[in-house]
Amino acid sequence: MSIFGFHYRMERKAIGLVIAIIVVASIGGLVEIAPLFTIHQTVESAPGMRLYTPLELAGRNIYIREGCYACHSQMIRTLRDEVDRYGPYSLAVESKYDHPMLWGSKRTGPDLARIGEKYSDQWHVAHLVNPRDVVPPSVMPAYDWLLSTELRADDLGLHLKAQRAVGVPYTDEMIANASLDAFGQSNPDSAQAKGVIERYGKATTVRAFDGRPSQLTEMDAMVAYLQILGRLTDAAHKPIADAGAKQ
Amino acid sequence: MQPFPTSPMVAQLTRNERQGAILIGLVVAICGILLGVAGRDDPIGIHGALIFAAGILTIFLIGKDYYAPEPSDERFASYYDDPTKAGIVLAMIWVVFGLAVGDWVAWQLVNPNLTFGGGWSSFGRIRPVHTTAVIFGFGGNGLIATSLYVLQRTSRARLPDQLSPWFVLLGYNLFCVLAVTGYPMGITQSKEYAETEWYADIWLVVVWVVYFLIYLRTLARRKEPHIYVANWYFMAFILVVAMLHIVNNLAVPVSIGHAKSYTLFSGVQDAMIQWWYGHNAVAFFLTAGFLGMMYYFLPVRAGRPIFSYRMSIISFWGITFLYMWAGSHHLHFTALPHWVQTLGMTFSLMLLVPSWASAGNALLTLNGAWAKVRDDATLRFMMVAAVFYGLTTFEGSFMAIRAVNALSHYTDWTVGHVHAGALGWVAMITFGSIYAVVPWVWKRKSMYSAGLVEAHFWLSIAGALVYVFAMWNSGIIQGLMWRTYSEDGTLTYSFVDSLIAMHPYYVARAIGGLLFLIGGCIGAYNIWMTIKLPNPISEATADQPEPKAIGASPQPAE
Repeated sequence: MSIFGFHYRMERKAIGLVIAIIVVASIGGLVEIAPLFTIHQTVESAPGMRLYTPLELAGRNIYIREGCYACHSQMIRTLRDEVDRYGPYSLAVESKYDHPMLWGSKRTGPDLARIGEKYSDQWHVAHLVNPRDVVPPSVMPAYDWLLSTELRADDLGLHLKAQRAVGVPYTDEMIANASLDAFGQSNPDSAQAKGVIERYGKATTVRAFDGRPSQLTEMDAMVAYLQILGRLTDAAHKPIADAGAKQ
Repeated sequence: MQPFPTSPMVAQLTRNERQGAILIGLVVAICGILLGVAGRDDPIGIHGALIFAAGILTIFLIGKDYYAPEPSDERFASYYDDPTKAGIVLAMIWVVFGLAVGDWVAWQLVNPNLTFGGGWSSFGRIRPVHTTAVIFGFGGNGLIATSLYVLQRTSRARLPDQLSPWFVLLGYNLFCVLAVTGYPMGITQSKEYAETEWYADIWLVVVWVVYFLIYLRTLARRKEPHIYVANWYFMAFILVVAMLHIVNNLAVPVSIGHAKSYTLFSGVQDAMIQWWYGHNAVAFFLTAGFLGMMYYFLPVRAGRPIFSYRMSIISFWGITFLYMWAGSHHLHFTALPHWVQTLGMTFSLMLLVPSWASAGNALLTLNGAWAKVRDDATLRFMMVAAVFYGLTTFEGSFMAIRAVNALSHYTDWTVGHVHAGALGWVAMITFGSIYAVVPWVWKRKSMYSAGLVEAHFWLSIAGALVYVFAMWNSGIIQGLMWRTYSEDGTLTYSFVDSLIAMHPYYVARAIGGLLFLIGGCIGAYNIWMTIKLPNPISEATADQPEPKAIGASPQPAE
């Protein structure tokens, strides 16, 4: 009774209501979100994890631009059938550098968290040009124009800089060479190719992703991104105890 | 003699307000130039030009009639409903557009070649056009229009001035236009239901603060001692949406000349914040705001006081507190820590109590007015909305259970659930409220055609049911096929098998959506014809079109 009496008085004050709403609505978020930044176990450690190269980052931005996340998840759940279908379940650390994350919420198409190097570059190019050429019942849109659209690479340094501002550890050298590295990664015979390996590690894939080393297209970036998915770190392939122990 | 007649909108602004509007137009135009020049090599340049055009248009429209006579003091004797009228018209334009785009993308899943080639018309870019147009275009305009109407009646106070409601309404629509023109150009930050990029997000914050100030300033001048329940919900809607919007959209733009930005948070933290936002956009945009609508228009239309004041209190604070915990049920079995998932599930289940208290409160209010529900399609829209609200919140709590979610997540079941809420609850309560308020604000005796309201009602029901049943079927089949094992321990179905099985349901869904779209078109036509009706009812009754006893009473019976 007194609670309703209290409310009867409070609802006469606009400011009282405003403050009460803000306080009551803040609690849930504070309890659930704030600890995610402070509890160490939230994100596993993965010492050897590498960064997205400028070309892969550009591909990721195309993936976002085209809304691929609306139909493809990048989050394998801890369920037997998902592990059997897609591979080891996803760890938090694997999307540590994903600003924003692309876990997705709908699988009109299959999960892509571990699609990297499962198919050849040629398959990806053919599939993106017309999905029905390789998967006849597919309802995915065709992305043929990626092949004829030149990738905008002159501003990739700015992109890396913004990434660094939100916490991705790109070095000054990586930022300075971002545009050249994008060319180098898609042209293995070029002078710049070596620099990509130096900066991003031996495991970096340097290939003419769209099959044409002389041209840097959006298709290069897109395929380079698809081929790195699930391969920035091998933490998910190690036994759990191992991943957790190295706090 | 003037070359153009004075615009009725400008005629209502005082000289000071006209100056203010020109100043706003100037600031907007300058921001547009800055973005346009800095981003001349980027899609943001086109948006810069669009923002510039909006600012210049404002200056031109105001400047043209700048010296028109100022409004007389007689205006203070009546409520200020013109922004409400404009908001209703805009809401109906957005709903027809949004539903049409939605049905188009639905057919794209039946036949992927239904694009115009090139990137702009493909599923991934058009889907957010649909979601933004219906949620923010239709829902948002409906909320702004009705909230300004309800605020004045329940406070018995006129809006504080003439300029700020127009700024909120038109500024909000500029945001919506930036959103739906941006996605086809590839401008998106990929956060579901928060796809707009940084500059549009900042603009929305400005608009939203002014919206909140209108609320506070009107309440400060109210003649009713108590603030009516509907306004609690509208205030929670405005406040919490602001909170969610700001936190979820924190980002660093690549440069002022780039539409692209990178979100401040990453990975698991970003996922949690995104769904804290996403689920509470459902809670405070698509639920609280529309409950505010329901708490006013349903009792007024039924001619009955709200069934229980105490149930209103319990459900209001229950929703405000519990919903904010529930977002993590979108992340069951993911890399989100288990304890957060468990909290999300637990609070989602508890949410059923305030949700059903609201739905029950609405339905029990209709006790004694069921004959009206039978005869009046407008009231029936609101009744069915309350029923769908009850069903959808039950389904939502059910799907938040971890074991159920293992099956339902990533499938069309989620899509069906969302549409049960969006078509059944949000759209129906809005249509009902709009059909109630249109004759009141335009001072007509009734809608142009009661028969067309009936037709709209039945098309909406049929469309929503066909849609939801199709998605239940496809979602559950999908979920089961993905987890079916053969006796030898291997997965029975490939992903493509499940895709082929979806085809008939995708056809059915698109047909359901088409029915709903036809209903929306009929509604828009009916409202337009009502506005065009020649004979306004006399001014004497016009100011108090709604039943006075209820409209003026801030408190439900208790």
